[in-house]
Amino acid sequence: MWERIKHIFLKESIQIRRDRRMLMIIFVAPLLQLVLLGYAATMDINRIPTAVLDFSKTQESRELISLFRNSGRFTINHIPESQKELVELLDQGKIWVGIEIENDFVKEMKKGKTVPIQILIDGTNSNTAGVVSGYINQLLFSYNKKISQDKLQKKLAQGLLSGQVQPVKILNLENQARAWYNPELKSRDYNLPGVLALILMITTMMLTSMAIVREKEIGTIEQLMVTPIKTTELILGKVIPFALIGFIDVVLVTSVAVLWFKIPFRGSFFLLFLSVGVYLLTTIGIGLFFSTLSRTQQQSMMLTFFFVMPAIILSGFMFPIANMPRLIQYLSFANPLRYFLVIVRGIFLKGSSFRVLWDQILPLGIIGVIVLILSTARFKKKIG
Amino acid sequence: MLEILNLLKQYGSLVAVDYLNLKIEKGEMAGLVGPDGAGKTTLMRILSAILPPTSGSARVAGYDIIRDAEKLKEKIGYMPQRFGLYEDLTVLENLNFFSELYQLSKKQKDEKYKEVFNFSQLEPFKDFLAGNLSGGMKQKLALSCVLLHTPEVLLLDEPTRGVDPLSRRDFWRILFEQQKRGITIFISTSYMDEAERCQKVAFLDKGRLIAYGTPKKLKEIMNEFLYEISCDKTREAKSVLEKVDGISGISIFGEKIHFTLREEKLLANIKNKLKDTGVEILNLRRIEPSLEDIFIFLKQDKIEIRNG
Ligand SMILES: Nc1ncnc2c1ncn2[C@@H]1O[C@H](COP(=O)(O)OP(=O)(O)O)[C@@H](O)[C@H]1O
Ligand SMILES: [Mg+2]
Repeated sequence: MWERIKHIFLKESIQIRRDRRMLMIIFVAPLLQLVLLGYAATMDINRIPTAVLDFSKTQESRELISLFRNSGRFTINHIPESQKELVELLDQGKIWVGIEIENDFVKEMKKGKTVPIQILIDGTNSNTAGVVSGYINQLLFSYNKKISQDKLQKKLAQGLLSGQVQPVKILNLENQARAWYNPELKSRDYNLPGVLALILMITTMMLTSMAIVREKEIGTIEQLMVTPIKTTELILGKVIPFALIGFIDVVLVTSVAVLWFKIPFRGSFFLLFLSVGVYLLTTIGIGLFFSTLSRTQQQSMMLTFFFVMPAIILSGFMFPIANMPRLIQYLSFANPLRYFLVIVRGIFLKGSSFRVLWDQILPLGIIGVIVLILSTARFKKKIG
Repeated sequence: MLEILNLLKQYGSLVAVDYLNLKIEKGEMAGLVGPDGAGKTTLMRILSAILPPTSGSARVAGYDIIRDAEKLKEKIGYMPQRFGLYEDLTVLENLNFFSELYQLSKKQKDEKYKEVFNFSQLEPFKDFLAGNLSGGMKQKLALSCVLLHTPEVLLLDEPTRGVDPLSRRDFWRILFEQQKRGITIFISTSYMDEAERCQKVAFLDKGRLIAYGTPKKLKEIMNEFLYEISCDKTREAKSVLEKVDGISGISIFGEKIHFTLREEKLLANIKNKLKDTGVEILNLRRIEPSLEDIFIFLKQDKIEIRNG
């Protein structure tokens, strides 16, 4: 048995080595995706156009303003005269954030009650508004810490939708949880481990289904079927190379993420490899399943595409699962990406151990075994 | 060695193999002849146990195609109609791959390689990618790969299609050598000259076996007289002939027309009719039928002869 698997494996490896397109998919595409997403698709926002309306005009208020300026996130490019002018700027989309510091700023602060500043955020794009308010919280938090002997009090920010006025959002300083594992709230740190999960899924799923369908397309499968090889031998020999490629991609992508993008890696490599192994059972199993459904490589690519798109959306990669409709939340339990995202973020950012992650690894393994059994059962040594 | 019993294969409402019965003895070389779409490939796939029939059964090399599919595969060598080897592997890598799948020992491998290189003359090309070989060489390589495990039955699906005449002759030389060793061969072809070289020929048309027997015996089926005529206006001549009572089969071979006549004395009548329509007869003679004539004759008359 292992002899035959070995030779299918060897044959597959030779073919992969000789196929330039394949090498592109294996090595170049993942790196390209990583770099693109690492640079372009971070949710970090810089040079946010900001206006400051400073009624206080004190040493302290200037200190607070320079804190915003020096953060690198905010560019203060407007100094309006009145609140009306501030709101106008916001309405016109000239600024995203308006900061209004009250007259009695110092007095109130000394009393230790409230910080009488008002912050208006353009809420047109709720995503960016969320990120921006996160930055502001963080800034005020450190400002708060700086003068921690003074007990700062809330009443801090107000969210305002440009055009139509939305209920005012009060950001309470003390109730704001600090982003513990990602203290600088760098979305890149949060996103890149997720990108690893995506790359692994797309690469291994597509390669597996395409490699098998290719043999159907060019007709070599017919010659294979008349040999006494067993279905399991054939399947194992065909998919093991792609599992290995998956591991190579993990090393490649992790190296670039850590060394180039300076993403923290706090967990254990062993645990990462273990969970990647379990994750690959699912992606390769699904790829195998797609290969039993397709006659042409194009069809199998389409199937992969139509699977990966919703899988990403329903994984918590972009939007939290908890915000989705109940039915969709249930659906996402069948999504391998959902579990692996938690695992890979946990290992990278929190250094989570197996004890913490086993309840993610286990369902992933169960899905993997089920898909593999299903697709192996569908895989027949028959034409048609 | 090969026995087919009431074999039926349907694709939806299309009948690709129509209740077929056939028997090929050990060591025989049998040809399967039929136009495109006759069902040759379908039949070959069923016999190689990779396509399940709708009903009926068959035994190849002593094994049932359904119950003992995997054991059967050890005993047969099947060359699909499409080149089944890996074009991105070299000649040697292909041979290695298939000898490993059949789990040949090192010693068996050495012996077999010597043998196949001897008949195929492919040794100088062993490091060439299979995809870079000529059509004839590709087919010889494919044949080599299916002979590695010393099969008892060879099932070859149009192996010489699109191959140049010289390579075709070469290929047949190898087949005859294999036959001498006792291998049973079932080969489909659309070349009648190849069918003539087989001991038995099976005519397949629209999934039905319309005749089976030695080429000589098949020619005896035709109890009518076959004529060949060449004239200046082939088309007009054909439409005249079609209207004559007593002519049962007409077919055009280039500039010539073949037709069968029930009675020889009708010939004078035909000559007159042709002259009346202004067709000038250049040559008219009785000929010995070829297998192709027989095939056309059988098709047109819908004569059914089984296990002829
Ligand atoms: N997979 C299939 N699905 C539907 N029809 C098929 C299939 N394979 C073959 N056929 C039909 O069966 C008939 C016989 O085809 P085939 O066995 O390929 O003939 P041949 O090899 O003699 O050219 C043809 O009409 C063909 O269209
Ligand atoms: Mg065919």
